[in-house]
Amino acid sequence: MTLLDVQDLTVEFPTRRGTLRAIDSISFSIGTGEILGVVGESGAGKSLTGAAIIGLLEPPGRIAGGQILFAGKRIDNLSQDRMRAIRGRQIGAIFQDPLTTLDPLVSIGRQLVETIQTHLRLSDRDAKARAIKWLEEVGIPAARARIDAYPHEFSGGMRQRVVIALALCAEPRLVIADEPTTALDVSIQAQIIELLKRLARDHGTSVMLVTHDMGVIAETCDRVAVMYAGRIAEIGPVVEVVRHPKHPYSEGLMGSIPSLEHRVARLRQIDGAMPRLAAIPPGCPYNPRCPKVFDRCRVERPGLLEADATRAACWLYDKAAAHV
Amino acid sequence: MSDLVLEAVKVARYFDVSKPWLQRALTGGRRTTLRAVDDVSFAIPKATTLSLVGESGCGKSTVARLAVGLYEPTSGSIHFEGQPLSAARAQASLRRRMNMIFQDPYASLNPRWRVRDIVAEPLRAFRILTSPRDVVARVGELLTQVGLTPADGEKFPHEFSGGQRQRVSIARALSSAPDFLVCDEPTSALDVSVQAQILNLMRDLQQRLGLTYLFISHNLAVVRHMSDRLGVMYLGRIVEIGPGEEVFRTPRHPYTRLLLDAIPDLEMVGKARTPVGGEVPSPLAPPPGCPFHPRCPLANDRCRVERPGYTVAGGTLVACHAVEEGRGEARGYSTSAV
Repeated sequence: MTLLDVQDLTVEFPTRRGTLRAIDSISFSIGTGEILGVVGESGAGKSLTGAAIIGLLEPPGRIAGGQILFAGKRIDNLSQDRMRAIRGRQIGAIFQDPLTTLDPLVSIGRQLVETIQTHLRLSDRDAKARAIKWLEEVGIPAARARIDAYPHEFSGGMRQRVVIALALCAEPRLVIADEPTTALDVSIQAQIIELLKRLARDHGTSVMLVTHDMGVIAETCDRVAVMYAGRIAEIGPVVEVVRHPKHPYSEGLMGSIPSLEHRVARLRQIDGAMPRLAAIPPGCPYNPRCPKVFDRCRVERPGLLEADATRAACWLYDKAAAHV
Repeated sequence: MSDLVLEAVKVARYFDVSKPWLQRALTGGRRTTLRAVDDVSFAIPKATTLSLVGESGCGKSTVARLAVGLYEPTSGSIHFEGQPLSAARAQASLRRRMNMIFQDPYASLNPRWRVRDIVAEPLRAFRILTSPRDVVARVGELLTQVGLTPADGEKFPHEFSGGQRQRVSIARALSSAPDFLVCDEPTSALDVSVQAQILNLMRDLQQRLGLTYLFISHNLAVVRHMSDRLGVMYLGRIVEIGPGEEVFRTPRHPYTRLLLDAIPDLEMVGKARTPVGGEVPSPLAPPPGCPFHPRCPLANDRCRVERPGYTVAGGTLVACHAVEEGRGEARGYSTSAV
């Protein structure tokens, strides 16, 4: 069942030198209990997509087109107040840096209870019991004893668990996790990934996992969307996109990741860099770097086309033209 | 021993992180010492790469700074081409032969200098070239070598992307024609496709110029791609060191196995794994005995009190009682690498 449905979402930033289109008409959906990965290099628009969904776009950024449906209802045109009621209660958010997400002057128990009581009508005692339950759920040992501790008394990995508990304590149906493991060491990262997977499985929570780390995506997600220059280059089941990428960009991306399993003499490299927002080339945004580019790519922008098990925004997969 | 570029023997570096004197006197606090690097030994033969890998706080960056003489070791010795490092640093002719590439290409380039001046600075500082025309020619050559154009020298750092800036850092590091480069997380601030460009460039340059690298990273896949030899660090010590292929194929120290197990990898798509619990303890209060014992699945009473020395196992050195006693293999401790 579809929980989140994003249709033709466009995000723009008006500047003195004209309007920059940071996200250009992207569409995707997330089902109940599904983990969708959003991957891409810095500046591809993946974090902005998350911010647009929870209504936290930094002005002057604005949604310039398309719509976002949550459980069948539009949420992109709600007032600040209505959106605040949804944020936290229906849609939770986990950000990259666990240090800046927590208030250093308030005990973690207080922060959790406050969050819970904002969204749910619970007595102090019930709210505290729920806070302890969630701290245990995210794997904090001796949660009852540590509930009055302050953020600085926790290590980085433990703080990120507290942040996850905060995002989940009102039991939202969708969690947007923006680089939740990037600031953490690998052994802690593995624990947090496992936690996210368990929550999706046990609670039916849907997760949109934004990260630049393809390895994290490969292990965590059901489906993945590869973003490039504010557009979705390819979207499909994670096994397909990782093993048999169809879009030349996803192919290059997979090839450029050094492998633990076998050592190669040279990594596949994508020459050049992602275009700046002010200078996105016409046609397919990837055409100047693409090894398989042909004339049509330079003039006409491809939509998402069926490519075996995935959908890729690439003219190579235009069945109508293949016969010509 | 002439083919060793750098040799470190039982190097330690402690930092005094005590509270100020007055505060100690009033509250009865004691001096606290952070043992960032403790009893670390390694050698790097010419034209090879030694990588050091580990989680944050394991002391790998401190080793990088020790290796170029930015820190003095508290004890132990470091030799550069057979000479004590401090003596080598005192001679400009030797000092110019070592250089460093830093992690952050945004912070390590002066934003108010043009790239040509940034790259030319070592040439001028060491008086390698004096005539302006020679300097311009050499800078152009260096920029071409790292995949930029001589015309890029007129630009300022902000006009470049992260990957191009890291190329500028590499051009600057190469300008005094060094043999030995210390690279401290040179690609961790970069996107993967750009990381691939930089790693390829660094390997090309190594082959072409016969460079010797000390490569520091937390990313095991990057390290595997780059290294001839690999050292795994934990809480200031090297727990396992040996040929890169061997360490990856048959990791022996339980911590190396944990690290290899924990890394998300494309090969693992759709598979489940069992994460290892626990976190790195504070280096201010390292556990007694083997520093890894609180998280180690093979730990016993001996590990809790006695610090392990090195055991030779195949081509690697491992600091682990379990490996020494043959405990690990007997229990069929498996890794996900299979």
